[in-house]
Amino acid sequence: MRVALVGNPNTGKSTLFNSLTGLNQKVGNFPGITVDKKTGTTKLPNGKHVEIIDLPGCYSLYPKSRDEAIVLEVLTNPKNASHPDLIVVVVDATNLKRNLLLFTQVADLKIPIILALNMSDAARKEKILIDVDKMSQKLGVQVVPISARKNENIELLKQAIADAPGIALQKQSIEVCEIAPALISQIKQDIRIKEDYVALLLAHQHEILDYLTEEESNHIESLEQANAFQPQHSQTKETIARYDFISTVLQESVKQMPKNIAETPTGKIDRILTHRVWGFVSFLAILLLIFQAIFAWAEYPMGLIESFFAWLDEIGRQYIPEGVLADLLLDGILAGLGGVLVFIPQIAILFGFIAILEDTGYMARITFLMDKIMRKVGLNGKSVVPMIGGLACAVPSIMATRNIESWKDRIITIMVTPLISCAARLPVYTLLISLVVPNDKIWGFFNLQGLALMGMYLIGTIGAIVVAWVMKKVIKTKEKSYFILELPVYRAPRWKNVFLTMYEKVKTFVLQVGKVIIAMSIVLWVLATYGPPGRMEAIEEKYQTEDYVNNYSEEERQFLESAEKLENSYVGILGKTIEPAIRPLGFDWKIGIALITSFAAREVFVGTMATIYSVEEPEDDTSTIRQKMLSSKDSITGEPIYTVASAFSLMIFYAFAMQCISTIAVVHRETKSWKWPIIQLTYMTALAYFSSLLVFQLLK
Amino acid sequence: MKLTALKIGSSGIIKDFTDLNLSVKLMEMGCLPGERITFERVAPLGDPIAVSIAGYQLSLRKEEAATIIVEGL
Repeated sequence: MRVALVGNPNTGKSTLFNSLTGLNQKVGNFPGITVDKKTGTTKLPNGKHVEIIDLPGCYSLYPKSRDEAIVLEVLTNPKNASHPDLIVVVVDATNLKRNLLLFTQVADLKIPIILALNMSDAARKEKILIDVDKMSQKLGVQVVPISARKNENIELLKQAIADAPGIALQKQSIEVCEIAPALISQIKQDIRIKEDYVALLLAHQHEILDYLTEEESNHIESLEQANAFQPQHSQTKETIARYDFISTVLQESVKQMPKNIAETPTGKIDRILTHRVWGFVSFLAILLLIFQAIFAWAEYPMGLIESFFAWLDEIGRQYIPEGVLADLLLDGILAGLGGVLVFIPQIAILFGFIAILEDTGYMARITFLMDKIMRKVGLNGKSVVPMIGGLACAVPSIMATRNIESWKDRIITIMVTPLISCAARLPVYTLLISLVVPNDKIWGFFNLQGLALMGMYLIGTIGAIVVAWVMKKVIKTKEKSYFILELPVYRAPRWKNVFLTMYEKVKTFVLQVGKVIIAMSIVLWVLATYGPPGRMEAIEEKYQTEDYVNNYSEEERQFLESAEKLENSYVGILGKTIEPAIRPLGFDWKIGIALITSFAAREVFVGTMATIYSVEEPEDDTSTIRQKMLSSKDSITGEPIYTVASAFSLMIFYAFAMQCISTIAVVHRETKSWKWPIIQLTYMTALAYFSSLLVFQLLK
Repeated sequence: MKLTALKIGSSGIIKDFTDLNLSVKLMEMGCLPGERITFERVAPLGDPIAVSIAGYQLSLRKEEAATIIVEGL
């Protein structure tokens, strides 16, 4: 049996899903769109296992965005792979009126249904008295008061699921057929639909429903014309009728004192957090906290991971016999992997903060504060969340832009989100900053390196704003954009949820990116170790000649030999080829190689550096990447490669360049064309090149 | 009068809407004719605003809120 969870956003639906499914949940995909499909299983009191699917939160079956449209698809199409046998509508017991709108709509689909009154504990605190039996009687469904957060009555809910009838017994909420009698019966007949409300929904939504054939869709359209169907008037009538029904139900089953929002804890907190001055101060403080956390708090676990990989390398050298396999495993895979895994603590902290912001309800306040500014630069207040998500990774953030209804706002957000410094740039920034920025404090508190990091983030953000502003002027469209955002009650974060999110996101980052990196590491190792036929052997022979044996120590010879081998490998040749183009930016051919490999994923830069320097240095040297880079000298001038000028020039390049195949892929998917990813690639590459050029020439 | 003409902190009863498309979305969110709506606060930069309706808080842009006609209380 399949049970679907449906409900408004901010009702604790995901907490309930986690309670029911525990750790055996999967995140998958709905075919055709990129909304997450969360499924899991739970065991009922009678021993039976059922599948639970968590559908995206929505306020109504009339979708405001493509995310919400999937709910309509799944629930109205019996052939849909996720179509449920039973629906559990999760509502916020402290906010029943609006929450029940969706309930009455879903109930009219005539699928067996249960009403779960979540946050019952909060309702009790607010002295809201709900006569569950009365409500159950009026609605004709099982009503279960629960608190997913406190684990209250979850077993009761499971029992209700086990007891659920096989057919829909819910009472009629409104007379759907009265809204458009002729049209509804014609659609029912011609498209072979059983339920009145499904027919009505088809009339409204046939254009966006994938399971209708073009024929059917056109036919419905012609029926609408023939009946002079006016969608907005129909929806108005329907909505008013539903709320009338809801009011009667609530009148007879719920007793509560009228709520003065301004006097509630949330209202009081909002007075500070959305205050003219204190609102922005607190917002900035929170952002600063996040940056400091990423840089300072992660230091210790990062050190541990670094040491662990250095130790693994030592063990590897001891036990694996010398040869190609050892080199591949240790210099190729291990080095590359270690260089990336070391940043897990920072990524986890970042994703954790974002999860907390959303869970507590503060994320909506950020949107509230920033909407006006965002609009001026062609973005939507709702763009804030994807752009903040861009701090972690542009890929899911670009997918999150589905919530933005206006096409123009949405495309601009998609185009500029990658300019926000994502987690993948973090390894590049922290590595380069640690090389050239001293680890001192200024003004007693602020870490100089932390400030440099914040500076890079600011540059990315300012870049995003400027580009968005330009695009606003350039892109023409005559669409409207709606805001209409719920400001949820402030709640303490649900830590289990936060940690689950952190775990999931880190796992995805590591596995998805990790695969790319390991593949790149192997390819890179091959390209860096082997060259055009004959060259490597010639070099080896050279260093065995009398000249070299007499004039250089064994160690010196090994170093020189490795360096020359690298220069003559395929990688070296490619890097040298592009060197003329990148010298004005302060880069040498080794950086050139890293730029190329980073195209797969930015943080591959670190893996590449690790590989290039591991391969270059004698095998039994296990000093970490940073030390090796610091001692690296320019082969022509003899000066250190990594100076303030070149390091910042490189960071600026990474700040603006489109170095992420995953982003290109996701933008293609979201815009359904190659036009936009190509535009994005072009403008970002140009921006990166010229900014980098400017910075290096100014700072050197 | 328009919702935006209310003083901060005061309430009104929703009477009508001036934008059909917007009205449908607003009604779904609980902004029904006959409902009491309270103008809670304005964002620091002047837009959007926050109102309370049907027992919860909703944020609207001023241009959206201006399409709601209320009778002041």
